[in-house]
Amino acid sequence: MRTLSQQDAPLYEALEEHRQSRMVHLDVPGHKGGRGNKELREFLGRSCLAADVNSMKPLDNLCHPVSVIRDAQYLAANAFGATDALFMVNGTTSAVQAMIMSCCKAGEKIIMPRNVHRSAINALVVCGAVPVYVNPGTHKELGIPLGMRVCDVEAAMRENPDAKAILVNNPTYYGVCSNLKEIVRLARRYNMLVLADEAHGTHFYFGENMPVSAMQVGADMAAISMHKTGGSLTQSSILLCGERVNADYVRQVVNLTQTTSGSYLLLSSLDLARRNLSLHGKEMFEKTVEFVSYAREEINRLGGYQAFGEEIIDADAVFAFDPTKLSVHTREIGLAGIEVYDLLRDEYEIQIEFGDIGNILAIVSAGDRALEIERFIAALYEIKRLHAKDPAGLFDHEYINPEIVCPPQQAFYAEKESLPIEQSEGRVGGEFVMCYPPGIPILAPGERITGEILRYIAYAKEKGCFLTGTQDLEIERICVVEGL
Amino acid sequence: MELWYTENHTKDVRFSMKIDRQLVSKKSRYQRIDVLESKEFGRILTLDGYLMVTQKDEFIYHEMITHVPMAVHPQVRKVLVIGAGDGGTIRELTRYDSIEHIDMVEIDKEVVEVCREYLPQTACCLDDARLDMYFEDGLKFVRTQQDAYDLIIVDSTDPFGPGEGLFTKEFYGNCYKALKEDGILINQHESPYYTEDAKAMRHAHQRIRAAFPISMVYQLHIPTYPSGHWLFGFASKKYHPVEDLRAAEWNALGLQTKYYNTELHKGSFAIPNYVKELLDD
Repeated sequence: MRTLSQQDAPLYEALEEHRQSRMVHLDVPGHKGGRGNKELREFLGRSCLAADVNSMKPLDNLCHPVSVIRDAQYLAANAFGATDALFMVNGTTSAVQAMIMSCCKAGEKIIMPRNVHRSAINALVVCGAVPVYVNPGTHKELGIPLGMRVCDVEAAMRENPDAKAILVNNPTYYGVCSNLKEIVRLARRYNMLVLADEAHGTHFYFGENMPVSAMQVGADMAAISMHKTGGSLTQSSILLCGERVNADYVRQVVNLTQTTSGSYLLLSSLDLARRNLSLHGKEMFEKTVEFVSYAREEINRLGGYQAFGEEIIDADAVFAFDPTKLSVHTREIGLAGIEVYDLLRDEYEIQIEFGDIGNILAIVSAGDRALEIERFIAALYEIKRLHAKDPAGLFDHEYINPEIVCPPQQAFYAEKESLPIEQSEGRVGGEFVMCYPPGIPILAPGERITGEILRYIAYAKEKGCFLTGTQDLEIERICVVEGL
Repeated sequence: MELWYTENHTKDVRFSMKIDRQLVSKKSRYQRIDVLESKEFGRILTLDGYLMVTQKDEFIYHEMITHVPMAVHPQVRKVLVIGAGDGGTIRELTRYDSIEHIDMVEIDKEVVEVCREYLPQTACCLDDARLDMYFEDGLKFVRTQQDAYDLIIVDSTDPFGPGEGLFTKEFYGNCYKALKEDGILINQHESPYYTEDAKAMRHAHQRIRAAFPISMVYQLHIPTYPSGHWLFGFASKKYHPVEDLRAAEWNALGLQTKYYNTELHKGSFAIPNYVKELLDD
């Protein structure tokens, strides 16, 4: 076998070779390179359809990788400084779930901050593990959830020495990092595994002057959204494993729920994105940070807006801050983040990542040009000039410490009744309620529904947040656990 | 040897002119810049292959983009010109002694350098003492200005490429803010004829209308532009382009023009029904 280097892209190269081979395809997919669906071929392009093929000997098999997929995964592991890497085709959601399901069985405990993505709590519903929440706290002025404080993590470990693992956001959606290095040290002492949700952390591995990455400080597993800032196709992701994890067992866990027809479009995009990051990542993220620093400075000069950055670092709940994040606090101009988010799209044709109660978040990458950044700044100026209001009366939102009555799995599978949401106070929720994005549950299954939570949901709804999670698509009714 | 320059006016329509020789071809940070010597139109400037200026018909464009607002606004002292790298708009403006200061913001310095060297017909007045040139993004420049100008002229390329940001709602809003309380905004407004151009024209109009109380278009005929039928936008906080025309005062200035006159001024705001329909939609 020839030696592989980061210059190679074995999976992509095998696909290219295959495409030129003029192989007769009496197999799936039935569109046969697009000839069977000309409209789709016209829409997506000929080369795209030609690369949409099934597993076959020369192209390996994602469920049991022994050749080009194995090689591509090996290069990815090297690039990220991991022992093993698994390509994922069902989003980072599946990577987060695989991490949790490979270290926790039913009834076992896992420590996590409450501001996790829904995928983490979903994993608890599936595998029956029990969460121990660490209150991440909220930034007083900005209203954003923060990282976990080391003292809170240690207290949780001391009180729950039987917990199997701890899950850490590195960083949060807003770019906040906990002291991951110290958390890893504590976890070693308490014999727990450290799982990092790095859905928003791909660039930590390749950019300079970034917060530490999970693999760098010896975390055991990490879920990487290559498609978010790494440049691969939407839904493709990578699960990294450190030396204390049996990656072959993890693959079996992944195979419990993962498709057996992994998309080669997604897989090859991971291979090419990894090569691109390895070869050019440093410059790409340098350019991103340059754009974001410029935008932050200009937006802060507009007045009213607060484009926050590393100044919120406090060496504890905000141990580090992701310099590529362009988050803007909007409350001082009297508009909820979600209102600014809607105005940007409806009035100025600018789609940003999300808006919540007090903030908006724009994702900037090396794919942007100065034009996009200038338009964003100019539009924010216009929104302030034309729409600013008195900020009095805007919701001041605080972390709502949940009262957990029963574990998520028990609540989800319990006998439930459907109630109008406003009549549900005091009951125990049997389903999620969250704004999407960011997809952090306001209410998770098994938690007590309080007046505070209901007021928050009503306010988010009134301001135009896209609420999700309940069976009722209108979010007017909610399923609660019977008898509790 | 036959050498022809061809521009695709649509996917299925072409416009060609015979070329004698190529004078310069270079690539700047923003675009490809060419100057060609043509048989019929004299020297021509193209950016990314799109025709911008010809020696023979540039007077139409530059007279109409300047004299129309100058004959309406009673006291233009301070002007902002965005784009205009060829210098033709500046040449016309500097004919007015009443103008005290002109800021010109052009994103691509190399366009100005090329025009100074190869198109002195338009670039002749770029050393006027009243002119300050800034080589930066127009969208960014205008954002930093407030209540500063009597007249803003957007002499831009098309709504794709480097000029893209100058056709956006936020840009027109920022222009409104940069103008004084009786200020006027004139902009290159594309053509109503071919479908793609008409779409861009309509979008621009909708966005300007959202920012200014008075928003109209006027027409001119440029032989070398797609369809020959071209529009400029006249957006204003106070003055109506026809009702507030000061014809006698302007004529008293005694400026010699080849295309513009105050009768044509009034007529240029009378637009064809199909264009009206496009704009009212």
